[in-house]
Amino acid sequence: MSTDSAVTIGLILPDVLGTYSDAGNSTVLAQRLRWRGIPASIHPILAREAPPTTCDIYLLGGGEDRAQLFATSWLRSHQTLLNTIAERALTLTVCAGLQILGHTMTDNHGQHQPGLGLLDITTTPRRQRAVGEIITQCHLPDVGMLTGFENHQGATTLGPGTKPLGRVVTGVGNGDGHAVDGVLTDHILGTYLHGPVLARNPALADHILRRVTDHTLPAIDLPDLPALRSTYLKTVV
Amino acid sequence: MARLRIAGIGITMSLNTAQRHRSRLRLGGWARVAALAGSIAAGLSQRLGYGQGSMIGGRVTLALCPSMLTQLAAGRRVVLVSGTNGKTTTSHLLAAALRTAGLVAHNASGSNMPDGIVAALIAHPEAELAVIEVDELHLAAVADAVNPAVVVLLNLTRDQLDRTTEVRKIAGRIGEALAHHVDTVVVANADDPITVQAASKAARTIWVAGGAGWREDAASCPNCGELLEDGENGQWSCTCGLARPPVTWWLSDNVAHTAGHAVPLELQLPGRFNLSNATMALAAAHQVAKVPFVTAATAFAELSEVANRYATVRYGQHTVRLLLAKNPAGWTEMISVLAEPRPLVVSINAQGADGRDTSWLWDVPFERLTARPIAASGERAADLGVRLSYADLEHHTTPDPLAGLALLPPGPVDVVANYTAFRQLTQRLVHVH
Repeated sequence: MSTDSAVTIGLILPDVLGTYSDAGNSTVLAQRLRWRGIPASIHPILAREAPPTTCDIYLLGGGEDRAQLFATSWLRSHQTLLNTIAERALTLTVCAGLQILGHTMTDNHGQHQPGLGLLDITTTPRRQRAVGEIITQCHLPDVGMLTGFENHQGATTLGPGTKPLGRVVTGVGNGDGHAVDGVLTDHILGTYLHGPVLARNPALADHILRRVTDHTLPAIDLPDLPALRSTYLKTVV
Repeated sequence: MARLRIAGIGITMSLNTAQRHRSRLRLGGWARVAALAGSIAAGLSQRLGYGQGSMIGGRVTLALCPSMLTQLAAGRRVVLVSGTNGKTTTSHLLAAALRTAGLVAHNASGSNMPDGIVAALIAHPEAELAVIEVDELHLAAVADAVNPAVVVLLNLTRDQLDRTTEVRKIAGRIGEALAHHVDTVVVANADDPITVQAASKAARTIWVAGGAGWREDAASCPNCGELLEDGENGQWSCTCGLARPPVTWWLSDNVAHTAGHAVPLELQLPGRFNLSNATMALAAAHQVAKVPFVTAATAFAELSEVANRYATVRYGQHTVRLLLAKNPAGWTEMISVLAEPRPLVVSINAQGADGRDTSWLWDVPFERLTARPIAASGERAADLGVRLSYADLEHHTTPDPLAGLALLPPGPVDVVANYTAFRQLTQRLVHVH
């Protein structure tokens, strides 16, 4: 796309998948564009509205069990949006948002809930909830270490040929026994990292923005960021 | 050792007082030993400078005698005050109103887990009334232990997701506990769907239009998960039948209304949310001790600070107003209190009691704050600083809040801190200064 028109960011169901403050990812993306003179707009997509299917970026966040099921059935009833996510736009999906894009999710009562099938992943319950700081080494070039806070009870297994977003350095991540976190496909970046993940890891935000703007983006120096990253990454330096 | 012994004598005296009021407080022999051991631990903790000692004292007592809470509550009319935000203020308002009717035991410092509650009840053996602020995670267990006359349930929103759990699970547990207590009257906020789901399980509920400035946790029905329908005048409902119940109490401007009564509330405490807290306290005080509405409102008006919150202290060239906000809902209300653009220190920690995850800062609408000199402080000053930058708010960043204060222009300053940051700061500003 050209930088003359605004980059549009669709924030999917922030009132349902907003429990873990992942809506902050939309603020980070929009501000990092505006600071570089590129117009940006955030479209909070609420459940009662017909969702826009022309956004450049879509964001999904974490939510409670029941909210997760609601979001799944809502997305299933908006097939055009699902096609856009699968084939055209770039989507960042976090925690519950990651799980619902897979084949199935099994809840704590052993009940299998069908997911949306956009990703070749399945999620089953962990015995113990994974709560705490997590550090991963991102597989994307030029992104480096990712820091975040995870809080989930899902163990997510990747299908053969599905790549994770990163290797777990400390923490749990997907928790499938392979020390990896998230998912990486041509159109979808998935992770268990909150924080929000783009606030703590601007290199990942800029990776997303470079892909949708097709531009090299000048660096942004946020005064507090070095201290933030050194606090959270100090365990691995 | 002298202070230790004094602490021991202190508890002996209060137990003697207890014996004189046998009808109110009858402790078994082992319970008395437990209370004494707790008192010794509290004295030791105080002497070593760890704090006021109420937590450790209560913890030791409870460890030795788990039924202590039940024994201490026996014979008293107990009101429990719980919810995510407003517990401390509402319990202070309620205690002020009830003191017009008799002696009141109250965990005034905000130590709201079972250990702190035990300490508060031991300290006031003669009080026939008790106002107990309870952490919402402990509400079910404490209610089972003390069989309260009244439970005030203010609101339930997300807070410390790493320490607690998702808010709807907490609401479920509270609902189950309230259902068991058929003699307990619940005073609850009708405007918060999650609170309504929990409180509607009670045998009798007095519904108050307490307001809900932040409904981000309640877009979908807490009962069935479908989207809630919003109607006129704050009505909300779901196809499953859960709906805003008809209210007994409501507010218009600063006047609380119930059938046949209009009670003007002239609070010194700022903010719409405190008028709402006062209305809940008004309803509870009347329910538990028939405190006349005007008497209660007069008692409320005398409160200018609550466990150091809203207090104003001089520090060097600054007059500092101390404010506490610790989650998105509390902050959303607090931003209206910060309408006047005074210089501002925000201090954020992420210790266990605060929640170790700072993600919640991104749900605080800092974008609504007008520009002013700001210092980002606390153990998580950098997280806060990043958040403020993305809200286009210029700021200084200094982990030490008093160093941050020193960077601001002289005169009035607002300080907003979360739980442990507030405690650390008030210890330095109020107790030392």
